[in-house]
Amino acid sequence: MGDTLLTVRGLTINIPVGGGTLHAVRGIDFDVDRGETLCIVGESGSGKSLTSLALMGLLGGRIDRRATEMQFDGIDLTRANARTMRALRGDRMSMIFQEPMTSLNPAYTIGDQLTEALLLHRDVGREAARARAVELLEKVGITAAASRLGQYPHQLSGGLRQRVMIAMALMCEPELIIADEPTTALDVTIQAQILRLLVDLGREMNMAMILITHDLGVVARVADKVAVMYAGELVETGSASEVFNAPMHPYTRGLLRCIPQPGKTERGARLGTIPGIVPSLVGGVTGCPFRTRCDQVVDACRQAIPRRNPGSGNHEFRCVHETGHRMAEESPA
Amino acid sequence: MLQFILKRLGLALLVALTVSIISFSLLFLSGDPASAIGGETATDQDIEAIRVLYGFDRPLVVQYWDWLSSALTGDLGESYYFKLPVASLIADRLQITMILGVCGISFALLTAVPLGVAAAIRPNSFIDRLALFLSVAGQAMPSFWFGLILIVVFAIQLGWLPPSGASSPVHFIMPTIVLGYYAMPAIMRLTRAGMLDVLSSDYIRTARAKGASEGRVLFKHALRNAIIPVVSLAAVQMGFMLGGSIVVESIFALHGAGYLAWESIARNDLPTVQALILVFSLFYIIFTFLSDVLNAWLDPRMRAG
Repeated sequence: MGDTLLTVRGLTINIPVGGGTLHAVRGIDFDVDRGETLCIVGESGSGKSLTSLALMGLLGGRIDRRATEMQFDGIDLTRANARTMRALRGDRMSMIFQEPMTSLNPAYTIGDQLTEALLLHRDVGREAARARAVELLEKVGITAAASRLGQYPHQLSGGLRQRVMIAMALMCEPELIIADEPTTALDVTIQAQILRLLVDLGREMNMAMILITHDLGVVARVADKVAVMYAGELVETGSASEVFNAPMHPYTRGLLRCIPQPGKTERGARLGTIPGIVPSLVGGVTGCPFRTRCDQVVDACRQAIPRRNPGSGNHEFRCVHETGHRMAEESPA
Repeated sequence: MLQFILKRLGLALLVALTVSIISFSLLFLSGDPASAIGGETATDQDIEAIRVLYGFDRPLVVQYWDWLSSALTGDLGESYYFKLPVASLIADRLQITMILGVCGISFALLTAVPLGVAAAIRPNSFIDRLALFLSVAGQAMPSFWFGLILIVVFAIQLGWLPPSGASSPVHFIMPTIVLGYYAMPAIMRLTRAGMLDVLSSDYIRTARAKGASEGRVLFKHALRNAIIPVVSLAAVQMGFMLGGSIVVESIFALHGAGYLAWESIARNDLPTVQALILVFSLFYIIFTFLSDVLNAWLDPRMRAG
């Protein structure tokens, strides 16, 4: 294991809503080592994006964020003031958002927006910053990079804008990059390109990356570590090979059944689905959040759920069943 | 950008031409101008003589061309009442109106924009409620009443400011406040709504993610986008202030262009009314043009249109 860059323990996010409190994220733990890619997988509303915004300190005032521990390279993020967070953001940790069409300011040129972070965090002149911007635009595969600096976001396509967003996030060579579904809003044909690019650049610059996605195909290709999130909890974490080859949690198994596998899935066979919907997280949530949709459910699922370690490395899952499967003698709830 | 400016300039000229035709025909919409000049005691022969003297007997197109070409050289005819060239009459009065208008819109913008921004930063806070109260009060109070209250308090009771006239800068303080306060609520609400909208947008989150300070986020990234509709509104209000400050000019006895318009209408002084309408319309056209250019500078997406 390399040295740990980010440590998160007991991260909890509560959002005040009309009828009470939405317990959006409930006590999640994970680590990211330097140069490592962690994929957080889960369906919409599972709290993936909130988790990434919480790390950046971008949740907004109404939302309550707490954690027993949250450290970035020795800096305690739970106690960091606004000034410390500002110094980190865009410099040592940066973020790529889901929506390239609206994430760039329409009033400023690409050049202005690219150089901004560098000018804010580093003692460089305008010319040097522009040179760096051109260099990165070329790196993300944009042709005629120098002439793009004078263009405005509305003159670029969605794919180009996301490339610009990636270049922007890389300006200060951050140690951690958080990409929140960076390809969701793009054409299917360029999704793979953009993702490949992001991962290659991450490797090249030895950046750690948290990639948030609901696309398991993507995870299989790029992840070192995987965290499966369901309704605000991490139900299973482990190395990519552990989670893909020996999925333990019923939800993870269900997710993997939803994707076709070349060679294994027969033509014409039905793909798996997970019936039901995500439970409401307003008010208290006890027991396993997945029990309403789980095919292995028993009475004990209403109680606190133990963490289990199937024995290999850091592989961990939360389930009442030791193997993730109901024993023969147990009766369904 | 240059192409955009030229396009808008061309449009502005076309509108100006249309306005000139309308203001020219106003003379004839309000009845026979010859009998208006002659007055009640004039005989048919007198009226006929006046008609020939002023050229009303010629074809309309000829009269329009004649009027337009002299208007372009600064000759707007002679006032029936003052027996003075309308151009110099208006130029005289316009000075006061322009000072008042510039002061009024500046007062409105300097209070409304900071207040709107502050209100948007913390919705439902004390400052937001104060801003709401001030804007509701501004909208509810008629100018003539607010002006009189100011005169009673600051001129009569406290004796700090002169109640009327235009002989020194101090004389413009109360009229500026009354005129500016009238325009303030709309600008404030629009700034607040615009800022609230922009502050929740994705690119503001991007700016924060880069580590930009709150001040930079607010004033560099947000305000520039939020202020665009405010520019258009302020331009219209500026035009309104230069033409329609009749109430304020009357209360404070500032004999400006608005007051002149009111006098001229009351006296059936058609050439003056006609010229004033032309001048006021031109103001609107100029300010709309300027706000279009300013908006195009603020928002590059508008430069294409």
